[in-house]
Amino acid sequence: MEANLLEMRDIRKSFPGVQALRGVNLAIRAGEVHALIGENGAGKSTLMKILSGVHRMDAGEIWFDGAQADVGSTMEATRMGVSVIYQELNQLPNLSVAENLFTGREKRRSRFFLDQRETLAQAARYLEDVGLDVDPRTLCKDLSIAQRQMVEIAKALSVNARLIVMDEPTSSLTDREIDLLFGLVRRLKAQGVAVVFISHKLEEIFEISDRITVLRDGECVGTVDTADCTEDQLIQMMVGRSLTALYPKREVPLGEVALRVEGLNAGPSVKDVSFYVREGEILGFAGLVGAGRSETMRAVFGVDPMESGAITVLGKTLSHHSPSEAIASGIGLVPEDRKLQGLILGMTVRENTTLASMGETLVRGFVSRRKEEEISAGYVRRLDIRTPGVEQKAVNLSGGNQQKVVIAKWLATGSRILILDSPTRGIDVGAKKEIHELMGELTAQGVAVIMVSSELPEILGMCDRVMVMHEGRVRGELSRDEATQERIMELILTTKNQAS
Amino acid sequence: MTEKKAAVGGAKNWLLRIRQASTFNIFLILLGMCVILALLAGGKFLSVSNITSVVRQFSFYAIMSIGMVLVILTGGIDLSVGSVFAFSGIITCMGIMRWGVPVFPAVLLGILAGAAFGLLNGLCITKLQLPPFIATLGTMSIARGVSYGITGGYPIGGLPDSFKFIGLGSILDVPTPIIWMVVLALLFSVFLRRTIRGRWVYAIGGNEEAARISGVKVNQTKIIVYVLCGMMAAIAGIATAARLGVGQSTAGVGYEMDAIAGVIIGGASVSGGYGNIIGPILGAAIMGVLRNGLVLLNVSAYWQQAVIGVVIIVAVSFDKLQHDRRSSLRKTR
Repeated sequence: MEANLLEMRDIRKSFPGVQALRGVNLAIRAGEVHALIGENGAGKSTLMKILSGVHRMDAGEIWFDGAQADVGSTMEATRMGVSVIYQELNQLPNLSVAENLFTGREKRRSRFFLDQRETLAQAARYLEDVGLDVDPRTLCKDLSIAQRQMVEIAKALSVNARLIVMDEPTSSLTDREIDLLFGLVRRLKAQGVAVVFISHKLEEIFEISDRITVLRDGECVGTVDTADCTEDQLIQMMVGRSLTALYPKREVPLGEVALRVEGLNAGPSVKDVSFYVREGEILGFAGLVGAGRSETMRAVFGVDPMESGAITVLGKTLSHHSPSEAIASGIGLVPEDRKLQGLILGMTVRENTTLASMGETLVRGFVSRRKEEEISAGYVRRLDIRTPGVEQKAVNLSGGNQQKVVIAKWLATGSRILILDSPTRGIDVGAKKEIHELMGELTAQGVAVIMVSSELPEILGMCDRVMVMHEGRVRGELSRDEATQERIMELILTTKNQAS
Repeated sequence: MTEKKAAVGGAKNWLLRIRQASTFNIFLILLGMCVILALLAGGKFLSVSNITSVVRQFSFYAIMSIGMVLVILTGGIDLSVGSVFAFSGIITCMGIMRWGVPVFPAVLLGILAGAAFGLLNGLCITKLQLPPFIATLGTMSIARGVSYGITGGYPIGGLPDSFKFIGLGSILDVPTPIIWMVVLALLFSVFLRRTIRGRWVYAIGGNEEAARISGVKVNQTKIIVYVLCGMMAAIAGIATAARLGVGQSTAGVGYEMDAIAGVIIGGASVSGGYGNIIGPILGAAIMGVLRNGLVLLNVSAYWQQAVIGVVIIVAVSFDKLQHDRRSSLRKTR
């Protein structure tokens, strides 16, 4: 048995209202890819933030390379050899790749002057190490997310990281980019670098990891060898119960056309898009990241201006076109990024829930706090939002519960057409299933649902009909029976050939 | 947290709520300053006439700060209030003295002038998409320049007593400016806490994009907020002209900084989304008490400015430390 590079022993940490970690043990060997999985709120991120010096643990020990370590700051963690690649990449978009690589430890010629040539030369070397073929002078904002991730990995290598934590690195990557990333992870592994891989996608975990540690409710359920376990076992470990049907699709009779969009043009990524959705139907939008699906939804909802086209809701054409008009006509939008677009993080669960339906909270013309509490507490119960109370700030909730608050906001407005943009991205298996069940429940009430998703199994499992988009255009429409992963990919790929 | 509150109940509950109120620290600072001044200056500070004059003095700043906090809550800033303060005072005075408008309509005219500049600010920020700092820097100069232009730089005096009453008089022994301050504070407190538009103000400062997607009329709300801020500056300017008995184009120079300082000392977040009405009033009070204290202690006027600067920094850091400590206490609990 190899010696452990990192051991975290009996780590405990609590936050307001939650015991985030209740004595977690984690052991990582050098040169292994170790997956860390668990529902959101299970404690993965907290554990990694303690390791990287962002949070202080309340109790426990960290041993790194045979010595006990006191990780008081992110700088100490870096010096020790731990680098974390966060989902939200913290780069300086207006600086070049090379400058970003050496931020905070700039190459200098003398005490005051930067050494431009050395910076570029070294940057080029590290970029080559990670197999990223871009000019180090490129500005970071001009790179794709996948490329920016590679830059972060190059940065980790440049500080001689021996343990790299990747927090859901694949969540916004395309399949090809994921392959590239995995190739790099394997190379790192061969060099003896340990990788902690946090992900919700079980297929990926089986593909890339050597061992898996499962967390649940701040406790360590166990560590297993990837080769010895099955997907079902893992899910059972994560949720403490076995999920019967992964996609609880309900059969619902379809009603009238609820929303019809014709010839929509909006900016460079929405070209001549037409579709409709019926009451009780779930319409899926499949495509690669950047296909124009989110932009389409934003234009339909009136967030972004449209250049031409017609949007008809329940027989009425939208004229003025603003989110408030869309909401009044019965549309709700759960946007792509719940933190930046869905929620006001500094506001409470109560305030977020009632924000789009303030009219319902009025008593004699004034906002009634009691009424707000009633409404929000009702949705906390109905959607099983796990929070200490309605006065908890949204920022303190886990991702799945945040998403439920965004959905609650639209349920409170009585939306008849609900647009869900990547509703389950970065959300744990349990909350994901709850959201899927809720979608079924809503369609049974005659709500029309549009779901944008980059996870094909989710599209195939939940939708009655699938629109496939690519490069701003609708490339095809498939019924539930016709739709397969292969058909969808085919539609996307043939387009690519035509375009080039 | 809600459970805990419910469990405590009764009078204790009430006390706890005061303790936890975000402005409690600021109130402590104000109280501490008063105690120190009472010890140092004794009866001179504590006399009814002195206290009344201090409150009357800072109520003008407080009124401006109330307008400013609305703007700051949305994540904006309004640098034009000092100039609008002067411009509105002049319009009212000119209305009465030159155009023969009766006092009451002239006051409305002045407030309207403030609202017009607020509207201009709001339109520049929402329609032209200018950053608030730049838009209001421009209107600050415009309002000041127009004030000089229409008066030729001469003060407008000889105003009737019925007008002076607005700034000099008192009702049941309470000086009128204090009454305006209290009434406006109550109105705007209700606006922020109990109306949809008030909630939208916080939502825009918290996350503009999320607010827009939630159906908040972002541009309209911003325009309203700048108009209200301009009107508050106008009210303060008109009341000051009434108190001094003269409208002048040099009034209110640098007052925008006092208004902003009041909001910041009052504990609002400069990036928006967090703050209330009582905060800026306490902030204005702290500056008012401080000015008064320095005069009583015979500190030269030249040095007062520096002391006020120090107090801004100390007060805000104290509040921030307390805030951090409280939230870290909550974390470890």
